[in-house]
Amino acid sequence: MSAINSGEIDLAVVGAGPAGLAAATTAAELGLAVSVFDENATPGGQIYRGIEAVAAKRGADFAVLGDAYRAGESIVRDFRASKAAYAPNTGVWLVQKDRQLGIVRDGKAGMVAARRVLIATGAQERPVPIPGWTLPGVMLAGAAQGLLKSAGMVPAGPVVLAGNGPLLYQLAAQLVAAGVKIAALLETRSERAAALPHLPAALMAGNYLAKGLGLIAAVKRAGVPIRRGVTELRALGCERLEAVEVAAGGRTERIDAALLCLHQGVVANVQLSLAIPLKHEWSAAQRCWRPVVDQWGNSDVEGIAVAGDCAGIGGAEAAAHAGRIAAFEAARALGRIDAAARDTHAASDLAAWRRHLRARPFLDALYPPAQGLVVPADDVPVCRCEEVTAGQVRDAVRQGGTGPNQVKSFTRSGMGPCQGRMCALTVSEVIADALGKPVAEIGTYRIRPPIKPLTVGELAALE
Amino acid sequence: MFRRLHEPEAAVTITVDGAPLVAGAGETVAAALLASGNPVCRQSPASGQPRAPFCMMGACFDCLVEIDGVPNRQSCLVEVRPGMAVRRQARPTPVGP
Repeated sequence: MSAINSGEIDLAVVGAGPAGLAAATTAAELGLAVSVFDENATPGGQIYRGIEAVAAKRGADFAVLGDAYRAGESIVRDFRASKAAYAPNTGVWLVQKDRQLGIVRDGKAGMVAARRVLIATGAQERPVPIPGWTLPGVMLAGAAQGLLKSAGMVPAGPVVLAGNGPLLYQLAAQLVAAGVKIAALLETRSERAAALPHLPAALMAGNYLAKGLGLIAAVKRAGVPIRRGVTELRALGCERLEAVEVAAGGRTERIDAALLCLHQGVVANVQLSLAIPLKHEWSAAQRCWRPVVDQWGNSDVEGIAVAGDCAGIGGAEAAAHAGRIAAFEAARALGRIDAAARDTHAASDLAAWRRHLRARPFLDALYPPAQGLVVPADDVPVCRCEEVTAGQVRDAVRQGGTGPNQVKSFTRSGMGPCQGRMCALTVSEVIADALGKPVAEIGTYRIRPPIKPLTVGELAALE
Repeated sequence: MFRRLHEPEAAVTITVDGAPLVAGAGETVAAALLASGNPVCRQSPASGQPRAPFCMMGACFDCLVEIDGVPNRQSCLVEVRPGMAVRRQARPTPVGP
């Protein structure tokens, strides 16, 4: 397994999560010259973060992390055994429509060309803007889970989990299994009535429901105090988090905490696909943007495909199938197999992919983000980098700002180093709410390459 | 803010603002800081308030630190190496006339 193919690249894959790894393994088996670029040091993406280290050195942690995590072992092992080239610690800061990729590694930028590109950049957590969310001690739930996977680390002091969604309960169950005492689990909202019509389809999708109920039961069994129907959350502290203030059922309480883990579901990571730009659409069910793709992952730009959660949230298992489906299509597009062979090869993955996606409408309806967190109050900072509040965004709208790009020039929201990753959704939602228009009409920031900051020194190395 | 479930198999010593810090091999700089008792990475340029790692997946840029003389490195994406010199970043001084 080399770092980058020395010759021509048939398929460049961006991202080494389940979609990217499964696509690379399958495409390499079909004889394509594949290169995988990933900014992390090890393969697996966020969902299987650190899996090789756990398998090799921390086997006991599998009992804490659960079977869903362990499923990544074979995906990573098959990838390692494949002929696909793998470039870890390598950022992709540009993908051009002519399939030239800008990469950066070891302080040097470079360009590589590929006959086909697969974007497999996965998901990110939905931002959770509450008062005090910039304090040290406030993190996203996925961050705490990532520390458990990659470093075997758990919260050291009183920890509060807040929000909703499967990942929050999964983290709670994992922390309980690791012997961590959780001070409280604060659930913002779950909409059982709205989700009910989608239940039969979800039951056909696999064991999602049984798994979820198992996690919740484990958390309850451990005696974790649970507050439901949370309407307000506030992180309190001066230099770091000291307590969480929570309002639920007309009652406000203060819970001492060293760590607050927030979660409001995951959304498609579209930073790279927006920068190309591919055509995107607003998903009302998932309340996020996603590129418009066909069942093979093909976008509106010839030769550039998208697979996995970055094309819309479907989960890790769906992502691996989507990766393989995209690999068969890549082989067809490059003339290695014909359409009939592609259809035969991809049939079982297409069926499994569709089956997994049947669970989504139920999960999306059961765990919608709380309205007060999607459209926060005036005093809440929405842009963490430039510390722009929701009130300042509303002021900009009152001054005539009609969209995110105008609001960005008025307020500097989205102009910091994260380039809008932590505020784009909130800013669009706040503008839409202020103008009484759907988010689909408001749009999002125009994302431009480089999608990660490059130093002048890195750029100077570009030939 | 965080603790290790197990003693690291191999220890790596880095420095943070000149003081030695022992981390586990394979840990990121951000993880090492979170287990050190002081998770702060930088002061925000806008107001100077302290910031610590938030997303741990390369999205939020709150974990920026100086590593071996290079400022603004995403510490959640960089693994510790023996002798690595990490510095927390102070709020930049505004440039004025």
